[in-house]
Amino acid sequence: MIPPRLQLTGIAAGYKDLQVLKDISLTVRPGEFVSILGPSGAGKSTLFRLFTGTLKPTHGEILYDGLPLEAASSPFAFMPQRDALMPWRRIIDNATLGLEVQGMSRREARTRVEPLLSEFGLSGFEQQYPAALSGGMRQRAALLRTVVQNRSMLLLDEPFGALDALTRAGMHRFVEAMWMRRRWTAMLVTHDVREAVHLSDRIYVLSPRPATLIQVIDIPLTRPRLRNGAAGAEAAAIENAILETLLAPQEGQLP
Amino acid sequence: MLTQFYRGLPALFALALLLVSWEAYAQLSGISPTTLPAPSRVLEQAWQNRQPLWDNTLPTIRATVFGSACSLTVAFLLSVLVDFYRPVRRALFPIFIISQTLPLVAIAPLIVLWFGFGLAPKIMLVALVTFFPILVALTQGYESTEAEIEQLLASMGAPRWKRFLLARLPSALPYFFAGLRISMTYAVVGAIFAEYAGAAKGLGIYILNAKNNFRPDLVLAAVLVSAVLTLALFGLTVFVQRLVMPWTRPSLGAGT
Repeated sequence: MIPPRLQLTGIAAGYKDLQVLKDISLTVRPGEFVSILGPSGAGKSTLFRLFTGTLKPTHGEILYDGLPLEAASSPFAFMPQRDALMPWRRIIDNATLGLEVQGMSRREARTRVEPLLSEFGLSGFEQQYPAALSGGMRQRAALLRTVVQNRSMLLLDEPFGALDALTRAGMHRFVEAMWMRRRWTAMLVTHDVREAVHLSDRIYVLSPRPATLIQVIDIPLTRPRLRNGAAGAEAAAIENAILETLLAPQEGQLP
Repeated sequence: MLTQFYRGLPALFALALLLVSWEAYAQLSGISPTTLPAPSRVLEQAWQNRQPLWDNTLPTIRATVFGSACSLTVAFLLSVLVDFYRPVRRALFPIFIISQTLPLVAIAPLIVLWFGFGLAPKIMLVALVTFFPILVALTQGYESTEAEIEQLLASMGAPRWKRFLLARLPSALPYFFAGLRISMTYAVVGAIFAEYAGAAKGLGIYILNAKNNFRPDLVLAAVLVSAVLTLALFGLTVFVQRLVMPWTRPSLGAGT
């Protein structure tokens, strides 16, 4: 049997006196799109710091392809909250950044990236600087930079949080379409319920700090997930149920 | 191009008004040219004395260029050192700040006393006045690097020196050029001051001699030359900045 790509068992972590994560267990299998959903400050960033190795868990175990995470050499491709494009690099050179860091020559990296430009809606813009591009295009460039690194798993840290609602909805469709074609293994961290339901095979809902898992929801909806008809109604029902769970413990307190 | 010209018009107009009033006052009040020469006389004398003026401008240019080059090199190397080893910063910055509080009037003659009338003391003084703004601008610029870009590079497995080259150094460029522009306005003044304190040739010594000979017109002619030098240096930094930082140009031209 193929081991899960990523498996967390009973993870606890924190900083000095502050416990951020308390008993988190989750599984991501190859080709799955999994979301971590939780209120702000629930420790989503801490989770990512565990993955990138900048923080060690106080309890529990992280396995990657069946081996302790330390053994794998940076298996993740990371997409940060804002696009983090370098304003001084043209779009093509931003996209090749990860490959260049890995030691590939700029020319070779470009030949790797160029065929993907049109798929990401960036052809004709590769020689532009990021400042000349719209928010959606910048995010697509950032996603391209993430996926060309050829890592076996994508970590998406609230990547669409800074976009306007319409552009964000467009990006959801784009990412879903790309995922259906390429079957990346991906973990998305977000506090946008609709985003999580649209994109994920499974959602892990975190409680406020110290975070525990309060719900694991499989999303059986067919893809591509449209907003209309019966599927749309089903998605809306799931969204409402999750919102209820997230807001319930705070009842009695003013938001 | 044309709009830039129109935007410069008010400044040109103000300057012209100033010169015309000055000229009118000097001509009509009957004030002696050995007290206040008219601008026309300054220009005429500058042209008549162009050979000695030029002979004295060259050493000043040399001191300015070498001094700035030294200070640029040292400031850059130190900024890198300070960026990689924080304790060095805490050790050295107080000294640098104190170095900026020293009155040039006192320091210039001392440096001439210690290092003679040659090029070396001029280079040192120019470096002294230009070095600090560049160093501060660079260290500040490194700190301005977007945290997310550095995190991203770290997640890609880039070691510290690669993060410096790929993120911190380019992030510092706008700050660097801001500091450089300030420095360049000090550079020529610094060189002239050093010459004033003692030199065989140079605009500083030329000004001193002209003053002692009661020739304010020649003093002002030398001042005009130094102003032109500073403006040229300033223009050069703006030009280099446009070359080095094409992404900040307003017309992010397609396919260039």
